[in-house]
Amino acid sequence: MSRDVPALSGRHLVIAVPFVFLLVFFLAPFFIVGKISVSEMDGIAFKDVLSFQDGGVHLAFRFANYLTLAQDALYLNTYVTSLRYALATTLLCLLIGYPFAYFMARARRTLQPALLMGVMLPFWTSFLLRVYAWRSLLTEGGWVADAVVGSGLDQVLLALGLIATPGQLMHTPFSLVLGMTYTYLPFMILPLYGNLSKLDGRLLEAAADLGATPWAAFWRVTVPLSKAGIVAGSMLVFIPCVGEYVIPELLGGPETLMIGRVLWDEFFSNNDWPMASSVAVVMVLLVIVPLALFNKAQAEAAEAGR
Amino acid sequence: MKAAAFNRGFGAGWLSAGYLFLYLPIVALVVYSFNDSPLPNVWRGYTLKWYAALAVDEELIAGLWLSLKIAFLTACGSVVLGTLAAFTLTKYRRFSGRTLFSGMVNAPLVMPEVVVGLSLLLMLVSVQRALGFPERGLATISLGHLLLGMAYATVVIQARLKDLNPQLEEAAMDLGARPQQVFWLVTLPMIAQSLVSAWLLTFTLSLDDVVLSAFLSGPGSTTLPLVIFSRARLGLNPSVNAVATLTVGLVAVGVLVASYAIARAERQRSRDSAAARRA
Repeated sequence: MSRDVPALSGRHLVIAVPFVFLLVFFLAPFFIVGKISVSEMDGIAFKDVLSFQDGGVHLAFRFANYLTLAQDALYLNTYVTSLRYALATTLLCLLIGYPFAYFMARARRTLQPALLMGVMLPFWTSFLLRVYAWRSLLTEGGWVADAVVGSGLDQVLLALGLIATPGQLMHTPFSLVLGMTYTYLPFMILPLYGNLSKLDGRLLEAAADLGATPWAAFWRVTVPLSKAGIVAGSMLVFIPCVGEYVIPELLGGPETLMIGRVLWDEFFSNNDWPMASSVAVVMVLLVIVPLALFNKAQAEAAEAGR
Repeated sequence: MKAAAFNRGFGAGWLSAGYLFLYLPIVALVVYSFNDSPLPNVWRGYTLKWYAALAVDEELIAGLWLSLKIAFLTACGSVVLGTLAAFTLTKYRRFSGRTLFSGMVNAPLVMPEVVVGLSLLLMLVSVQRALGFPERGLATISLGHLLLGMAYATVVIQARLKDLNPQLEEAAMDLGARPQQVFWLVTLPMIAQSLVSAWLLTFTLSLDDVVLSAFLSGPGSTTLPLVIFSRARLGLNPSVNAVATLTVGLVAVGVLVASYAIARAERQRSRDSAAARRA
């Protein structure tokens, strides 16, 4: 690439513009959050960590917020709850989405663009409105509520501990996980489909020739080869679910307090910016390993097919 | 033979159930927007009164207008930054900070929005304390959406850039085109379709966003999703259904037009490449 000098200067500009934008507006803010999370509230505003008083520089780190987070059962429970619901949602999405993507990829070639369009279309209608729609489907008298109660499925949900009273589906762990699964299902299907549709059919023929049953070929050839899609899809579901705010607020209930909601309340209701910042820092720490996995999967996907 | 037939039937059943799951809420929204009862769950006959009410709903209309302005800015900015980022990631394999760069491009796709919103706001507040600007409102909301939109635009454009035949660009260079000319005359026309999809995708993303907007909005800058969200929070509200139905109708028309245009472009392209192979 270094054969001609003019290209080099253009190249620098092409890299620099998005790079600097992200450094300033994505990375730098995280450091500011980190800084504010260790500063002290002073009346209605927070004090600066670094201050100049009496002719000297004062550094006042305050880790009280983190101590509260570690000791207060409310926060601890919220983190555990968030991780649990995010995990349940991811597993459900995988369970529904994997066969879905698999059958999509095996459908007739001419049919596939339409099938793909069918998964992407809901993206184009407001996510907020679709989540809101589940409210009317799940409140008493709604279509889904009637179907579930009519078929006696609510007894099963009751036995599983997903709802507390028979017939009462809204504002329960059930409605929350259903809403999150619904919202994030396309994020699971799309990377899986992208992966499975590129699968070389000859590999399955080879497996069959070597005596593998279709079932064995599926588990020992198809699934291992789609690992990258599984990782990317799972991370696309899991990470945003951990910090989800809108869905728990609209579909969740008193027992489904999630961390995104706690952050929101600390910020908007209590105006406690340092506390909200500490909650955010811990949330980032929780998702940093899945985030690294996701970035690795994305980088590998970008390398593939060259 | 029997197993294959069973597999096909099972596959078709699974897909149908999946699509039913994906589309049921949308159907429900549309149906209940015509419901005469203020309780969206109790059917009482057809009406158009909720649509009539929208026309005089000033809060909603002001929100829509602001949201459209923000979405337009976001989509344009996202396509420009997304093109640069996608270009960087596909063409320049080696530069210092590449891992950091690709990490930062991808992270907003999954990073919980409450974290992105909070951190960007706290930074803007710090800047405001030091410099006296920016005021929270249209500009700050657009900036937040741009961060998210850029990530999505990059993914869409990168997928297209990766599939391009590099020989076309090399041929242009061999024929004496400067790198800039190669980009404007060869690369850009070939990725134009992905730029349009990226623009539309980021436009709708911005038009839909609640969390970033809530953190970054100031007094008097309430976007449409914020209006809808505050109403939906309080309970079921027929005006929300009417807005939803209008959105669905608009999207349906847009998709029909777009898929017709894409199908036509696709036919043209395969005719061209067939002609090129013959020649």
